[in-house]
Amino acid sequence: MKKLFFLIILMTGTMVFMSMKKTGDKPYEIGEKVDDFQLQNIDNSWIQLSDYMGEEGAIIIFTCNTCPYAQLYEDRIIKMHERFIKMGFPVLAVNPNDIVQKPGDNFENMQKRASEKNFPYAYVLDENQEVYPKFGATNTPQVFLIDNNMQLRYSGAIDDNPQNPDAVKINYVENAIEAIMSEENPDPSRTKAIGCGIKAKKKMG
Amino acid sequence: MFKPLLLVFFLLPLFTWSQNDFKPLVLDYTTLAPMLEKNNDTIYLINFWATWCKPCIEELPFFEQVRQDQFPTPVQVILVSLDFRNQLDSKLIPFLKENKIKSKVVVLDDSDANSWIDKIDPRWSGALPATIVYKNEDKRFFPDGFQSYEAVKEVLVSF
Repeated sequence: MKKLFFLIILMTGTMVFMSMKKTGDKPYEIGEKVDDFQLQNIDNSWIQLSDYMGEEGAIIIFTCNTCPYAQLYEDRIIKMHERFIKMGFPVLAVNPNDIVQKPGDNFENMQKRASEKNFPYAYVLDENQEVYPKFGATNTPQVFLIDNNMQLRYSGAIDDNPQNPDAVKINYVENAIEAIMSEENPDPSRTKAIGCGIKAKKKMG
Repeated sequence: MFKPLLLVFFLLPLFTWSQNDFKPLVLDYTTLAPMLEKNNDTIYLINFWATWCKPCIEELPFFEQVRQDQFPTPVQVILVSLDFRNQLDSKLIPFLKENKIKSKVVVLDDSDANSWIDKIDPRWSGALPATIVYKNEDKRFFPDGFQSYEAVKEVLVSF
């Protein structure tokens, strides 16, 4: 009995220690506070996450111009922003791709795409690729939902039907926001979706 | 007498061409799953790709080359396309014809990817390309695409 008690203390201690530990190389866990970041927006201004987020949080979406899956979701992302900014969750679109390998995703083309589609949200470039690896982002499009404490609450797919918005049965982001608003944990808190692999910069030498 | 023969001569290649119509099977996860769970003496190379995915297209020739090579263990290549269902006739089939793709091609059309990505392989993020090479229980996962035919060959001879 004493041994069990000791074990519980040890485990709790380890968990507390782990949650206090600063982010190393591992991507953010669900519940972990994300680091603030500042990236350049298509209107040349600099967007700081902590300033940009709404009263309740933000919907950070790693996306780009060129990926057909990202394109399938463009209209839905616009609607999502218009709907959820009222609830305190604006969309922040972040293009994580290496623009050398993907010139179609460079700053000029981001500006072009945004004006064609009239993006109502900030569309920033992770030019040094220092932001997306912290989130553990792998594909476009991929969502990371944070709450007003900048804690990661949900990551993954937008909904369960990329090809047909009218046939969506599960709206993962909407469900996650509803959960946060009712002070519950989103379930599922992580999902996966098919998408385009993020193009990392080629290492020199 | 001569004319009908000539006609046959011209029509024959057309006929044989139309027989090879490159119409791949369209599967959902349930019907694809048996291809990922075979228990025999063959090495299966299952590649997830799409015609719009540039790194996918770049590595396709390496998988095609597998057919022309000899391996101690038989190898079967299955190319699983994730092309959109409304682009099969306009993009996928013309691509297969144009590039004379000889490997087996199937289309995976199953909307809620979150329900099947982990079943295919928990190591897979869902990003394309992705390749699984397996023989019985020995299942290896390659997320980033192969850079050369030699890299593919190295994996295949290591089983």
